[in-house]
Amino acid sequence: MASLAEPSPSAEALDAFRVEARDWIAAHFPPALKGVDLSRSALEGPSDKSAEKEAWRIAMGEKGWGTPTWPQRYGGGGLSDAEARVLQQELARAGASNPIGGMGVMMFGPTLLEFGSEEQKLEHIPRICRAEVRWCQGYSEPNAGSDLANLQCFAEDKGDHYIVNGQKTWTSGGQWADKCFALVRTDKSKKQGGISFLLIDMDAPGVEVKPIKMISGLSPFCETFFTNVAVPKTNRVGDEGQGWTIGKRLLQHERTNISGGNRMGGGVSLSELAKACVGTDAEGRIADGELRARIAKLEMDGRTFAATAMRVAQEGGVSVASSILKINGTKLMQERSELLIDILGMQGLGWEGEGFTEEQIEAVRVWLFGKATTIYGGSTEIQTNIVAKRILGMPDMG
Amino acid sequence: MAKLSEEQEMLRDMAQNWVRGESPIGAWRKQRDADTAAGYDSAVYGEMAAMGWTGITIAEAHGGSDFGWMSLGLVVEECAKTLTASPLVACAIAARAISLGGSDEQQAKYLPAIASGELVAALAVDEGPRHDPAAITTKVTGGKITGTKAFVAEGDSAGLFVVAAADGLYLVENGAGVTKSRRQMVDHRSHAELCFDGAAADKLAGGGDGLLDRVLDHARILTAAEMLGMSQQAFDQTLEYLKQRVQFDRILASFQALQHRMADLFGDIELTRSAVEAGLSALDSMGDNGDLGQIAAIAKARANDCLHRMSREMVQLHGGIGMTDEFDAGFYLKRARPLEAAWGNSSFLRDRFARLGGY
Repeated sequence: MASLAEPSPSAEALDAFRVEARDWIAAHFPPALKGVDLSRSALEGPSDKSAEKEAWRIAMGEKGWGTPTWPQRYGGGGLSDAEARVLQQELARAGASNPIGGMGVMMFGPTLLEFGSEEQKLEHIPRICRAEVRWCQGYSEPNAGSDLANLQCFAEDKGDHYIVNGQKTWTSGGQWADKCFALVRTDKSKKQGGISFLLIDMDAPGVEVKPIKMISGLSPFCETFFTNVAVPKTNRVGDEGQGWTIGKRLLQHERTNISGGNRMGGGVSLSELAKACVGTDAEGRIADGELRARIAKLEMDGRTFAATAMRVAQEGGVSVASSILKINGTKLMQERSELLIDILGMQGLGWEGEGFTEEQIEAVRVWLFGKATTIYGGSTEIQTNIVAKRILGMPDMG
Repeated sequence: MAKLSEEQEMLRDMAQNWVRGESPIGAWRKQRDADTAAGYDSAVYGEMAAMGWTGITIAEAHGGSDFGWMSLGLVVEECAKTLTASPLVACAIAARAISLGGSDEQQAKYLPAIASGELVAALAVDEGPRHDPAAITTKVTGGKITGTKAFVAEGDSAGLFVVAAADGLYLVENGAGVTKSRRQMVDHRSHAELCFDGAAADKLAGGGDGLLDRVLDHARILTAAEMLGMSQQAFDQTLEYLKQRVQFDRILASFQALQHRMADLFGDIELTRSAVEAGLSALDSMGDNGDLGQIAAIAKARANDCLHRMSREMVQLHGGIGMTDEFDAGFYLKRARPLEAAWGNSSFLRDRFARLGGY
């Protein structure tokens, strides 16, 4: 598909850029981080920090290459899509992972670039590009999950500022976050139309965060309480009442990211693992025929999904198609996790302690945590509604 | 939809318009009722040839336009929407075998006639009811071929066969030593049994050991494009029906149980489209890449599973009318299964994918 009619920089220019990228990575990437996955480092706590990670984050941040296609004016790399692909290839070649990530990069940044004022962009985007500020998402509430527009957290108008009261939940990385982009209610008389998009400092007086322990044993999510928190009106993105529109746009970015198009191919080879765990037949194939067919089907579906993610990207980035990607990407990730622990047998069900490798424990935690992916970011059921109503034009009841 | 060049968009629009105007589903119904061995109208195939479709994947030197597999896939997909019957797919595959494995002389002898639509050519591989290219017993001794080929698509009308023998592919002209037996199948298309008893056979000596596999991979991908077109049409028509059929004082499309089924099918078709386009694009950009086998297996297995499900759901979601011969749903169901079985059902293709992946 990529070969068809896609305008791109000349081959010579790309080759020159490849050399530039390769040299720069060789000069700045700490060899100790080779092969280390830093894609989730923005969500890690302070105990996971190291001098190498910091050095690499700072180098990538100053170069703007952690957000390669964002405008240079705001601290991004200013690269074309073709150059960004070359950069990604060169990073992969060096075994280097992009340390600039998290919700600021994946969701909030792109949304602010689209809807923010010039002052807001200049204030927040450069710091996202350098991963200096951790953002968290204040969307869900105890009574506003799938029915997100039912949110009640209220921002009362006090002239030049709001006073915010209410509770948010499932705040990913809330315990480490510096700032929160939140949907709050500014008008109780309208459902969607009464919602506004606010940026709240997590160290402001009246903000309290409590981690929630999940079935995986981890606490990646928090409850966040706002009690009389003052937020200046300059921290509102868009107009009052425009929050639902902006918030939905951000969710499209979230879906595209959760679907994990780029991560599908990663990780351990299921077929090699299966050969080692259940043995091989005379032809060198996985001895368990049914398991072999399941692995083949998953790999084929994974490649189909990757081709679809690429097609969606080429056809214009984030769109309603993100619902289809989210539904299928999360389903595939869960199937892969189920298959992985199935291959490992009882050895793939360890919780902690002796007798299990780090990878085996990790497989269990990922399997459990992964169950969240079809629930958060708009559940599979909600995505399916979106496809039926928005793409297929199937009407509501009545 | 893949990003298309301007020429490709024009070609697709032209195919769409032609199919709508000249070859609606009613044309297939007439053809079905005519019940001929060839299973298509040669005048219609003549029209397709006049539009240049028969030469899309044939080199310019041999009278084609060398416009590529993505382009041919667009035409095949559009034609499949109304089940337009023709040997377009069979001929493209046979011609590919000749251009990959044939000598200059063989190419010059046959390709121009296929490109112009005068000659129908068909690939004959399987000898039993299941696709099994590893179990070929057909033999050639002293230039004479002996063996039986089962369910050869477009075999009834073909004047030239590309035949898989134990030691490679051979060109066999229809004539002395070739007996064709019609098999009347559920899709009312041609799936002939061929008996070779000493017919003259001319080897396709080029293309190396992997020639048959590469030709079959082309067949899998192009057939998947046909199945994608059928799935898309079956879906669109079903959605339209659900939006107008009223029961319990509501249109059916307002029931969430049906909305979720349709949304799921829609996602399935979109994924299938990606797999098929990736396949067609691979044929255009890297014909000799070793990965083609896996890409083709993905495309065809996907299309098999998608059309299987969609063709059943089309009948189910139309209710009683879907069961009647007067309505078109049955046509899609009945064409789906022979295509699923052709060049490998899904379990064959998953097995092939795993073998190519070293497990």
